[in-house]
Amino acid sequence: MSRLTRPTLAATLLAALSAALGGCEKSPATNSPAAGSTAAGASADTFLVGHYASMTGSEATFGVSTDNGIRLAVSEQNAAGGVNGRQITLITYDNQGKPQESVTAVTRLIDQDHVVAVLGEVASSRSLAGAPVCQRKGVPMITPSSTNPDVTAVGNMISRVCFIDPFQGYVGAKFARENLKLSKAATLYNRAQAYSSGLNSNFIDSFKKLGGEVVSEQAYSDGDNDFSAQLTAIRQMGAEFIYVPGYYTEVVNIAKQARKLGLDVPLIGGDGWDSEELRNAGSSLNGCYFSNHYSQEDTRPEVQEFVKRYQAEYGKVPDGLAALGYDSVRLLFDAAARAQSLSGADLARAINSTKGFKGVTGTITIDAKRNATKDAVVLEVVDGVPKYKATIKPD
Amino acid sequence: MTQFLQTLFDGITVGCLYALIALGYTMVYGILKFINFAHSDVFALGAWMSITIAGWIGLGLTGQPTPPWYMGVLVLLGAMGVCGVVGFVIERVAYRPLRNAPRINVLITAIGVSLFMQNFGQLRFAFGAYPRPFPRLIDNTALFAVAGVAVRLPDLAVIGTALALMAALQFLIYRTKFGTAMRAVSFSPRNASLMGVNVDLVISFTFVVGAMLAAAAGFLYGVKYEGQAKQTADAMWVMLGLKAFVAAVVGGIGNVRGAVLGGLLIGLIEFFGVAYLSSQYRDAYVFAILILVLLLKPEGVLGRATVEKV
Repeated sequence: MSRLTRPTLAATLLAALSAALGGCEKSPATNSPAAGSTAAGASADTFLVGHYASMTGSEATFGVSTDNGIRLAVSEQNAAGGVNGRQITLITYDNQGKPQESVTAVTRLIDQDHVVAVLGEVASSRSLAGAPVCQRKGVPMITPSSTNPDVTAVGNMISRVCFIDPFQGYVGAKFARENLKLSKAATLYNRAQAYSSGLNSNFIDSFKKLGGEVVSEQAYSDGDNDFSAQLTAIRQMGAEFIYVPGYYTEVVNIAKQARKLGLDVPLIGGDGWDSEELRNAGSSLNGCYFSNHYSQEDTRPEVQEFVKRYQAEYGKVPDGLAALGYDSVRLLFDAAARAQSLSGADLARAINSTKGFKGVTGTITIDAKRNATKDAVVLEVVDGVPKYKATIKPD
Repeated sequence: MTQFLQTLFDGITVGCLYALIALGYTMVYGILKFINFAHSDVFALGAWMSITIAGWIGLGLTGQPTPPWYMGVLVLLGAMGVCGVVGFVIERVAYRPLRNAPRINVLITAIGVSLFMQNFGQLRFAFGAYPRPFPRLIDNTALFAVAGVAVRLPDLAVIGTALALMAALQFLIYRTKFGTAMRAVSFSPRNASLMGVNVDLVISFTFVVGAMLAAAAGFLYGVKYEGQAKQTADAMWVMLGLKAFVAAVVGGIGNVRGAVLGGLLIGLIEFFGVAYLSSQYRDAYVFAILILVLLLKPEGVLGRATVEKV
């Protein structure tokens, strides 16, 4: 013991500390080499990718699905020889569905693990928390499924592989006006989430332009569980359908309470509904629709091949978030192969100049605002399971 | 008319739940003069124990018929029992060693207990970090309708159970010898102990009763929002606990009848505000009432003004 010199002691303490921190990590992603890989991160033979996601919390299926999709792509790419001859390692940190934890997770991925690029988040509020960190530190970030326009407006390091909410709001409005021939809408949105309040106003703009009328606009907040007062007000106004741009947990609760109040109009929503947990709604979401990034019933060979491999790996059908996670990391590999070097600036340049990348969720071209322009699908919920209904193209 | 009646009915139902939780805050304050911030977590624990116990006896899983009513009562009693024990342990381990410490120390300890419970509940061997739906324990059919407002069995069960528990508490405090001891300790612990009252026992008992009422509120909350999933450490639990605390203050903290009145008042103000003014400010109505009461009648609607000697 007396042989221990001061620097070794310090190193030992540091190692113990980082191991303890790694042990505290709540992420169920067991194969992430969280502790121990600290200094080896930037070494020449691995390609380190970071992912921050809601692996636990109210929107846990968002993070878990995305992470599954990413892991599938990573293991396929590793089997095919990796990126530029390097094997890929994925590090996932849980943010418990909280914006402040997202900042911590992203900082840790960049400063401690020295990742080449960051993937995440699903929820726009959490992407908006993580993106400024990536921008400031010059590390590219690709968000698989944050649809709020403000996310990529943070800067040139931030891009996405999904469509944005002005289009998604238009899809909901157009589907209600033209496919369902409805003209009186009410909306019920989460005023505390950037995604939900942004999509709400995008929908209202489009619906009014298409000649519809919005008779009632109601809000709720994070943690609200009782929507009966808002739904009672909506029923009073005689709306023909309710646009609910929220997340799946809320949507299930809203649907149950609406049916209990005898309010039997359809609910229409966005990609925040996309989760296997919709089955908790039972029959109360029957005849309801939501816009999404892809349908697993799509007959394109890329999609069917992906669904088959995902099912073999995880034993369930991939939702849209899994598909976007898969696409986001594959687009990163594609860009890394084209980039002049793996420095943040070069990699971001390669990502931002992606053209006609063939993904599971469609052909991805990153535009000048670093957004992807793609078709959207509308899915109908049948006993808690989404079924393909229509495809709506950008104008 | 329909909207008015529906809002009134919903407001009263949720107000009853606030009242049950507020009783726990107010009883502890009445006796120890401190706010037990871990109370909202005991409420959450009540709901989660109900889900767990129902799972153990295999009740209310999807596709199963609704179990007979006494199974629901069994779940309720089980959850109340567990939370009663937890309430006892919290007081014994966390608060009793600080009985003679400055009040701020106890307050900080209460916040610590609250954080501990939230994070412990998320561990995999406790409840886990994933949302779980509340099982169906009571049939969800509409019994009758008044002017378009459907009255359902779960809502009646919530109101009925809450009123029965409040009546039982009222009886306990004003009609039994132990209740007299509780009121004596609340008046002056020192004098009560001189009269032969076991003060520690009374304080422990108060915590147990408060925790059991909170557990009942958790159970009833699950019955009202049957099938709806929430996770252990959700913002919802804390917010509901906070509103119940506001209810206790509005009614007059330390006053048992005031807590019931405050709970109903907060429930009605919240629901009428959302239905008739704007749903944007749901929580703001509640806290605006708190500010008004603190400005105009700081001792609460039913509270008695006391002169503080400095």
